[in-house]
Amino acid sequence: MSTDRIEKRVVLRAPRSRVWRAISDAKEFGTWFRITLDGAFAEGRTVRGSHGNFKVEFHVERIEPERYFSYRWHPYPKDPAIDYSAESMTLVEFTLEEADGATVLTIVESGFDRVPLARRAEAFRMNTEGWGGQIKNLEAYVS
Amino acid sequence: MSRSGSAVVLFAALGDATRLSLLRRLSVDGPLSITRLSEGTGVTRQAITRHLDALGRVGLVRDARRGRERVFELDAKRLEIARQYLDRVAAQWDAAAARLKAFVEG
Repeated sequence: MSTDRIEKRVVLRAPRSRVWRAISDAKEFGTWFRITLDGAFAEGRTVRGSHGNFKVEFHVERIEPERYFSYRWHPYPKDPAIDYSAESMTLVEFTLEEADGATVLTIVESGFDRVPLARRAEAFRMNTEGWGGQIKNLEAYVS
Repeated sequence: MSRSGSAVVLFAALGDATRLSLLRRLSVDGPLSITRLSEGTGVTRQAITRHLDALGRVGLVRDARRGRERVFELDAKRLEIARQYLDRVAAQWDAAAARLKAFVEG
């Protein structure tokens, strides 16, 4: 019953070198992640990303070519109006393994137990209101 | 706190017959004082207080002073909020992983 960590595992039908490039190359990462990054990933470096109003900083921790990439950030969901800088960050880790010509990618995000509960409740409330807004749009559209 | 850390702490807090019965009482009868929670248990007030404090440390119950009494109530919401939040974050990672899959396989 963990409230601290999320783990995702996905099999990608592509060589490990291809997957590694998609994760470690900031331009490629931005393409599938849907974010524009202001520089290359390097250990100890902070890379800023944006997508419209959405802004996030990637604090790159460790890069082990073809095998492991990690960074810290303030986790989803984010509200551009809120300053998260005083809050604890989560750690995101990508681990690659080869398997029969395919690549097994494991994504782990951990450290949620240190994200203030009030923020998590707030994020959930925002989401509910977001849906309220969508329903209003729909109502306006059909009426 | 690590994954196993938080699970271990939670299960350790739950792994006791007296604590489980306290949680059951609180979920059925709502907020109760230590006196009420001690009644008919054959366990001392001090022991009940220690059990409630153990449950409080992992956020399963919270207490408030009412006059000279401490009143305890269940805080299942804490776990529920945490779970719903993680579900949302997990759904966003699912979507990102699906886009990555299309990107590298395409």
